[in-house]
Amino acid sequence: MLTLEALDIRQGDFRLRADWSVAAGDRVALIGPSGAGKSTLLSVVAGFFAAASGRVLWDGRDLTGAAPGERPVAMLFQDGNLFPHLTAAQNVGLGIRPDLRLAPADKARVAEALARVGLEGYGARKPGALSGGQQSRVALARVLVQSRPLLLLDEPFSALGPALRAEMLDLVAGLCAEKGATLLMVSHAPEDAQRIADRLVLVDEGVAEAPVATAEAFARPSDRLRRYLG
Amino acid sequence: MAPRALAIGRGWPGRLAALCVAGFLLAPLGAVLWRAGGAGWPGAADWAAVRFTLVQAVLSAAISAALAVPVARALARRRFRLRGAYVALMGAPFILPVIVAVMGLVVVFGRGGWINDLLGLAGLGPVSIYGLHGVVLAHVFFNLPLAVRLILQGWQEIPGERFRLAAQLGAGPAEIRRLLEWPMLRRVLPGVCAVIFAICLTSFAVALTLGGGPRSTTVELAIYQAFRFEFDLGRAAMLSVIQFAMVTLAGLAALRLSRGEGFGTGFDRVVPRWDARGRWLRLADGAWLVVTGVFLLGPLAAVAWRGLPGLDAMPASVWTAARASLAVALGATGVTMGLTLAMALARRGWVELIGLAPLAASPLVLGSGLFLLLNPVANPASLALAVTMAVNVVMALPFALRIVGPAVAGVEADYGRLADSLAMRGAARLRWLVLPRIRRPLGFAAGLTAALSMGDLGVIALFADPERATLPLTIFRLIGAYRMEAAAGASLLLLALSFGLFALFDHGGRWRADT
Amino acid sequence: MRHLAIATGLLFATQAAAQDPVLTIYTYDSFNTEWGPGPVVEAAFEKECGCDLKFVTAGDGAALLSRIRLEGARTEADVVLGLDTALIAQAAETGLFAPSGVEAGYNLPITWRDETFVPFDWGYFAFVGLKDGPKPGSFEDLAAGDATVVIQDPRSSTPGLGLLMWVKEAYGDRAEQVWEGLADNIVTVTPGWSEAYGLFLEGEADLVLSYTTSPAYHLIAEEDDTKIALPFEEGHYLQVEVAGMLAGTDQPELARDFLQFITTDAFQSAIPETNWMYPAVTPDGGLPEGFDTLVQVDKPLLTAPEAAAGIRDAALEEWRRALSQ
Repeated sequence: MLTLEALDIRQGDFRLRADWSVAAGDRVALIGPSGAGKSTLLSVVAGFFAAASGRVLWDGRDLTGAAPGERPVAMLFQDGNLFPHLTAAQNVGLGIRPDLRLAPADKARVAEALARVGLEGYGARKPGALSGGQQSRVALARVLVQSRPLLLLDEPFSALGPALRAEMLDLVAGLCAEKGATLLMVSHAPEDAQRIADRLVLVDEGVAEAPVATAEAFARPSDRLRRYLG
Repeated sequence: MAPRALAIGRGWPGRLAALCVAGFLLAPLGAVLWRAGGAGWPGAADWAAVRFTLVQAVLSAAISAALAVPVARALARRRFRLRGAYVALMGAPFILPVIVAVMGLVVVFGRGGWINDLLGLAGLGPVSIYGLHGVVLAHVFFNLPLAVRLILQGWQEIPGERFRLAAQLGAGPAEIRRLLEWPMLRRVLPGVCAVIFAICLTSFAVALTLGGGPRSTTVELAIYQAFRFEFDLGRAAMLSVIQFAMVTLAGLAALRLSRGEGFGTGFDRVVPRWDARGRWLRLADGAWLVVTGVFLLGPLAAVAWRGLPGLDAMPASVWTAARASLAVALGATGVTMGLTLAMALARRGWVELIGLAPLAASPLVLGSGLFLLLNPVANPASLALAVTMAVNVVMALPFALRIVGPAVAGVEADYGRLADSLAMRGAARLRWLVLPRIRRPLGFAAGLTAALSMGDLGVIALFADPERATLPLTIFRLIGAYRMEAAAGASLLLLALSFGLFALFDHGGRWRADT
Repeated sequence: MRHLAIATGLLFATQAAAQDPVLTIYTYDSFNTEWGPGPVVEAAFEKECGCDLKFVTAGDGAALLSRIRLEGARTEADVVLGLDTALIAQAAETGLFAPSGVEAGYNLPITWRDETFVPFDWGYFAFVGLKDGPKPGSFEDLAAGDATVVIQDPRSSTPGLGLLMWVKEAYGDRAEQVWEGLADNIVTVTPGWSEAYGLFLEGEADLVLSYTTSPAYHLIAEEDDTKIALPFEEGHYLQVEVAGMLAGTDQPELARDFLQFITTDAFQSAIPETNWMYPAVTPDGGLPEGFDTLVQVDKPLLTAPEAAAGIRDAALEEWRRALSQ
């Protein structure tokens, strides 16, 4: 279970509070207007940005102060998810061992993960030689081998077309189900949230509200959600 | 920039390296002060020297940087045959030992030089190279190539995607200048100016030989005077402190001015340039490249021309010296690269400042201080090559750091978060992220260090070993024994070796590089 | 690793020779090059002394003195070879040198009375030019004409300091005026002899400040008779190079022997064609052929060492003022 305990995030004039938790295996979409602080909230969970006060807990363990790599977190950013000088297989392999000292079994896992995202035989290619969708798949393959219980997506597929994006989201949903992972994703498109998220967090006016069931939220939107959806 | 949640433990090797460098510079200064029993106060003539030093250093830095911008731009946006060779040439003048370079300059620009011969044919009076303008000319000759390479690196760090975007938006050269080039220059130029300013501050032989007389007295000469004439160690040390202060101020100014965001990531596709296709711009770029090439090649050609007949006249000791110099150069390169990487990864302002400080070190004070420290515990002659190497390391560090530092900062800005999230730390981060992405600048820095060490920035007379001289010292000895022809031959050999090492490392960095 | 190997090798070498007492001689850099007098002198002295002669080099004469001063009484040097008349007053002042006890039939332009330092060679500063170039016969002649000249900075070079004292000795209170007259003839002022001589050979100036013996090198070693030294009416400033033994030496006998050896034929005959200076004691075989063609000076100038230090600072200030305008 992920718990955000009385988090208070400040950055200059900007302020955001959150005080809620999500159960393991939940898939949560963060929606809200630009600049509301969705990405910042993910940064705090991932450990890139420290909150002014409050704690982030995973299964009761306090993560505040832990390095990003030490958290039970895998994260995909809006861009720059792959190292351009490394091959697809190496990029995936980093998810197993950051020093890339891979045993044969590890290499097999890498190949397996690439196959699982539909990139069998693409391991030797560098990102520059892959399409945008293929690059996203490589990043997902790495998430797969990382086997972290908490997956954070900061709109990594926003550059893809609708069909491709839907495909990626289905892939993500499949991975989460397979691993029982908890998902926190930033989204701008309500249909994305409806597609794979079972819970919804509205981030607006300095508050990240407690998660509510997605279907319920869209069926009977609150005033604030209605204002956002327009 | 957002505060990192975690900064614990990162960069301690760099901080340690910086402290070692600072110790290496300050301990000798302290030893000299201690031996002198206190600081002396500079006299009126010394302050005049400080003024002249400042004026020539500011002029040299400003002119070198200003001329380097159009040349680097032309190199960045033109593809032509021998472009690689041209870029490599940009390392050559900088790595010549001063006396060799000055002679080369004189052959071209001197009273009886090629330029004046040409002017004479055109019926124009001779131009004199001696005076403030001569000093600046020589400093531009030395530093223009370095400035071009540093600025060119800035250009290459603008991702091709940005140029593609600009082309898409229909941006012409003027818009590109405003949108992409000017922000880059604003970030890069202060550092370039600070380095050249610092180099020119400690100029001694160039400023004196071409300066024309005692008007052109530099601080380094004032230190010589305090040492040799009056044996006033306290005043010499004080003047050295003034040099450090000037470089520190320049460094602080550069740090403050060069703040700015990087350009973000882009994938490494080679993207051609769509702007600047106009004929007039092509001509202008071509003209800049040709004029600069001739300016830099002229004196080098003169060195080669004078040296060829002397190759036969070289005594065997020249080859022994060449071997010693090669060993010193390679050793210094290895150590310098290690220090540079560590200090660049630490990414702290004060570490960067310390990296610039060696440029301000007076060789005379540094050498004497080291001598005072080491003489009681070891035989200076047996330490000669080790001390030469150590001094070369420290003297090359500012250049290496200026080249590698921004590149490392760029890598961290672009990929630091991803690497953090994958727990890539220490050796793994170095090997799989940093090194592969900074190959070009690292190769350039290594080449420069090797060549600089060949040219011996740190010949220290007090540590001379009569048995094992370096090549520059041997050249000096040959001249001192009237053997000009052999000295010219040895200078050509030194030029070839320095340039060979430089080209080897520089090319190695670019060979099959992804970036 | 290499350095370690070198260092170890050196250690063994020193140990192997440890049966023989070691005589450590500090000298300037160019004395102990393969073409300088060093190797000849070392071989000749080791043949008769049953000792190991070790040269330690440091820049030039002024650098030598700095080194001795930095080391003080702890110095390992037994003998310092290569100070000159401009430096011996300062050297004596340190109190680090002991009387030599050497007497010899010197062939110097002046009577040698110093009991501490032993002269080993000497020469005159002179302007060197080309046989068919301008040939001014005095400083005033030079100043009045338009011949160009390269000189060295007195603050960083021995000949430069020599010239400063030369003008001062010849003209006294008029020295500044003479320098003002020379200002437009001086192309540039270099930090050392090497840069100046190099510029001259490149044709940057008609004349260069060097020694009366410089043409001997070109004549004997290169068979080139186009370089000449110009005789000046005022006379020429003398430079006598000397050696002295340290008071704190642990080899006083050997050191004294070496100082005596300096005045013998084995040492003196090596000087003319390796150091390109006049020997302090004329060798039995006389001077090499070619030296007879050199300018003969009938008016040697030399400021008494005791007076030199006081005059020097004022002369430097005059020089700086005159050339800064």
